[in-house]
Amino acid sequence: METPQTEHTEETLNAAFEARIAAGDTIEPKDWMPERYRSQLIRMMSQHAHSEIVGMLPEGNWITRAPSLKRKMVLLAKVQDEAGHGLYIYCGTETLGIDRAELVDQLLTGKAKYSSIFNYPTLTWADIGVIGWFVDGAAIVNQTVLAKASYGPYARAMIRICKEENFHKKQGYEIVATLANGTPEQKAMVQDAVNRWWWPSVMMLGPSDTNSPNTAELIRWRVKRKTNDELRQRFIDLTVPQADAVGLTLPDPDLKFNPEKQGYDFGQIDWDEFWQVVKGNGPCNRERLQARRDAHEDGRWVREAAEAYSAKHSRTEQSSAA
Amino acid sequence: MESNESQWPLWEVFTQEDGGAPHEHAGSVHAADAEMALQNARDVYGRRGKVVSVWVVPSDQITASQSEWAGPFFDPGADKAYRHPQFYKIPRGLKGF
Repeated sequence: METPQTEHTEETLNAAFEARIAAGDTIEPKDWMPERYRSQLIRMMSQHAHSEIVGMLPEGNWITRAPSLKRKMVLLAKVQDEAGHGLYIYCGTETLGIDRAELVDQLLTGKAKYSSIFNYPTLTWADIGVIGWFVDGAAIVNQTVLAKASYGPYARAMIRICKEENFHKKQGYEIVATLANGTPEQKAMVQDAVNRWWWPSVMMLGPSDTNSPNTAELIRWRVKRKTNDELRQRFIDLTVPQADAVGLTLPDPDLKFNPEKQGYDFGQIDWDEFWQVVKGNGPCNRERLQARRDAHEDGRWVREAAEAYSAKHSRTEQSSAA
Repeated sequence: MESNESQWPLWEVFTQEDGGAPHEHAGSVHAADAEMALQNARDVYGRRGKVVSVWVVPSDQITASQSEWAGPFFDPGADKAYRHPQFYKIPRGLKGF
């Protein structure tokens, strides 16, 4: 089939692309897109996929020590979901013309980033509850909006993830509620977990709008539909009543309902801590990357064996067909 | 760590949910062969029990229309209003056609 003979300069293509974005069209893998749109999506989507994969580590830490068989099965299923979510997003990222192997390599060499939240340790069982409640809760707020992103494969991966993520938040909140209604020691343990995870969770929605160089462009391209600060506000507004309902205190004395904005005012975020963790100096950055590198190396023989098996099979098929 | 290690081929995954729905594109998986592609597809796209059938197709075996053709290629479907029932008039007041 012949391509229609129209003169497509970079400029006319770009104008047509911007018009499609403005009209709310979904951009699909084979559509023309500016290189910058492609590279920004690869950066954002692969960071997101890496976060799902690294996110398995803090929770995986408690699988063998879950307090009951039920909690253990739930945690196994949740961690397996996170692996699946990583794979959905890697698959979406590959439609932009980059191999998953290259993305994984970027993660393992430390070139690519992942969510800062997963560089904090899970010290007690209560952390598993609080992660489901806060971290998955914040992720839902972010991903619900990304499900309307202008890039089709990203939006579709998000829809798939959002359908599964509510279980993650609910199982976490159930753990929290159970501990909050338990013995004084259990209540103290879950309050301690809340105290440690609150601020990192608030930060996890990304740098403030005044300090987020990518936001304006991503909003204009409708990849993001809400700014980091808008998402943060939504997360806080949703979470405060949930903390009240189980009698736990969020560690922010400035947290108070503001009837004018119909949302909560909150205290200063320690952005120095955030940037330290992003730059690799969080409590667990090195440990997390090492765990991923070890997993990759330990799996090498499996990848090679499967490849050898497949090659042997196709040789056998060929010779029996001959 | 070697970045040049080979990668298993890519397979497109189509899943069918119960209730007579058609197979629908779900995403893709990497796998060394078709059997493993099916197993990976089940683990990645069928964890919630609604899926009753899976197809896997080597991604490089799919021929797709190019988006820049979209106008002319699908044009024959756009200019025949008489293919739609709204094109035809029926007597006013007739109920339950």
